[in-house]
Amino acid sequence: MALLEVKDLKVRVEEREILHGLTLTVNEGEIHAIMGPNGSGKSTLSHVIAGKPGYEVTDGQILFKGEDLLEMSPDERAAKGVFLAFQYPVEIPGVATMNFLRTALNAQRKARGEDEFSTPDFLRKVREVSKSLNIPQDMLKRGVNVGFSGGEKKRNEVLQMALFEPSLCILDEMDSGLDIDALRIAADGVNALRSPKRSMVVITHYQRLLNYIVPDVVHVMSKGRVVKSGGKELALELEASGYAQFEDAA
Amino acid sequence: MNVAVAKTGKGRAVSDLFTSAEGRLPGSPGVTAVRREAFETYERLGLPHRRIEEWKYTDLRALVGEVLPLAAAPDAAALKRAADAVKAHAIDGARKLVLVDGVFAADLSDAKALAVEVGFKTLRETLEKDAGLLKTATVDAVIALNAAMATDGVVLSIADGAQLSAPIQIIHIATAASASAFSRSQVTIGKGSRATIVETFVAAGATAYQINDAVLVSVADDSDVAYIRLMDDAPDAVNVTSQFVTIGANVKYNFFNMTTGAAVSRLQGFITLAGEGSELSANGVNLLKKTEHGDTTLVVDHAVPNCVSREVFRAVLDDRAHSVFQGRIIVRPDAQKTDGKMMTRALLLSDEAEADNKPELEIFADDVSCGHGATAGALDDSLLFYLKARGLPEKQAQALLIQAFVGEAIEQIADDGLREHVIGIAERWLERRQ
Repeated sequence: MALLEVKDLKVRVEEREILHGLTLTVNEGEIHAIMGPNGSGKSTLSHVIAGKPGYEVTDGQILFKGEDLLEMSPDERAAKGVFLAFQYPVEIPGVATMNFLRTALNAQRKARGEDEFSTPDFLRKVREVSKSLNIPQDMLKRGVNVGFSGGEKKRNEVLQMALFEPSLCILDEMDSGLDIDALRIAADGVNALRSPKRSMVVITHYQRLLNYIVPDVVHVMSKGRVVKSGGKELALELEASGYAQFEDAA
Repeated sequence: MNVAVAKTGKGRAVSDLFTSAEGRLPGSPGVTAVRREAFETYERLGLPHRRIEEWKYTDLRALVGEVLPLAAAPDAAALKRAADAVKAHAIDGARKLVLVDGVFAADLSDAKALAVEVGFKTLRETLEKDAGLLKTATVDAVIALNAAMATDGVVLSIADGAQLSAPIQIIHIATAASASAFSRSQVTIGKGSRATIVETFVAAGATAYQINDAVLVSVADDSDVAYIRLMDDAPDAVNVTSQFVTIGANVKYNFFNMTTGAAVSRLQGFITLAGEGSELSANGVNLLKKTEHGDTTLVVDHAVPNCVSREVFRAVLDDRAHSVFQGRIIVRPDAQKTDGKMMTRALLLSDEAEADNKPELEIFADDVSCGHGATAGALDDSLLFYLKARGLPEKQAQALLIQAFVGEAIEQIADDGLREHVIGIAERWLERRQ
């Protein structure tokens, strides 16, 4: 069953069209990789799905579980189960990570009409997940991402993914700024969250990340469109031959 | 009742304000003479206006226009409202001293339960003997007016070596609408002592009232003092407070002011570091909305060498609110090794809000480290989007970031309980926005 359907999406930033009619369907439980050169519109797609301001959708639609995602505010999308793991998670001084996690989790639950998480349940869950991601408890007392290394920031994103239990995770360049060990820890965290009920869209320049998070489907983006889709072997092919062959196709 | 009008820019001068109140102002004949002289000073100067440098951003003639007549003594219903307000705003464990419309209310206070090391009198009592408390070095119209009209206040004297575990909370309650209250207090802190003073300003049913308060604080050597002011007046009130603080040697003085109400408010503090080796931490938060105008003006005078002063101020401004911070640091010629810094930041939640920052450094010594910084800006969109993408609705995301922003000043309050109390006031202000 289709979880996410992007149909002929056209998006402008200021006066420039970035996405020129992008179509993409992600079924429940699938992992899709989106690869493509700089400027192909990968991050724009992730931002538009999450609802970041500054993008003008001029045509097309995005359906999530059959509902019009573009009609929803970013917080409504989050409560419905959309999660964007940021390429560059922001630092928020003065907002303790623990307070942030609890506020966000309860805001999502409230929006869905669910009871707030009890404190012991919440703490148990955070402890359990942070341990598996190698996140020390004192990190959770600090301001959100303040003073965190690149790897720690990405692990904090994965921690949130585990806590909020979204049905769609978009990982925007999760490998950027990570060394191989940090990448492995973050990828292991993501793999632990794979489930038949959860879909993922993994956005990356490099095939390397896909050695750790193995996709079901690989899409190649160029100049604001998906120009080729295939199995995981497509990623290897790209690594060998580069993106140049697709530039013309677009 | 006559409505008294202060001297205005148009040159009107009516002294009904004083003559109609004079019979009710306490003090010996000598005190009356001092009051008259102070009132003449006030009449000569008139309400401060924008052409007086110190009042450039807070033009009382334009913002306030007239000084309202002295509040009548509260009736039983007003005292009942005041008693309820005391309950609502008392800090757990604090010894309360309550002024209702500027007059000490013994029945609502814990004066008898003060620690044995704390001497207590009312201003009214001291004025029977002596006018000393009505005199200050600084000449300023609102201070002169306060000296002329002060009806009462608390006079506290904390003994050398006293270690007070409970805060002393002075609660100012306004019950009289469209009237003025004038209070003047003194806090004298002995050598090597430890004390926490909290001042709370609230309304009990009163609207459109005016407060003119003055406090004289002196801190002897080796003491550790926290002084916290919470101005939570009615939205249409006026509160102008002047504080004079003299600090001895090796003192830790931790000052905090929070303004969450009043149509027009001004806290002007004159703090003198008069003994070496002392550390002053002076901080504050203004949370203003609608057309509220909040002014914090601090003059920190490093009169001797080897003192440290730190000032951290935050303003959060919604709608058409206007916040003013004027911070002057004076370093006298002998005050070498002075280390004075101030940082003030304003968060503008609306395009129409205004923040004015006027830092002034007057440095007459050559071996000092002084600095200031000021910023004004909106909430960071990238932080807001991150929080929203995690499920926080717009207002809640804003609230979390605003709490973090003001937290940088609030965290300077050392006492856990008081800090939580102040955070609670900020949270309630934010909830009213949502």
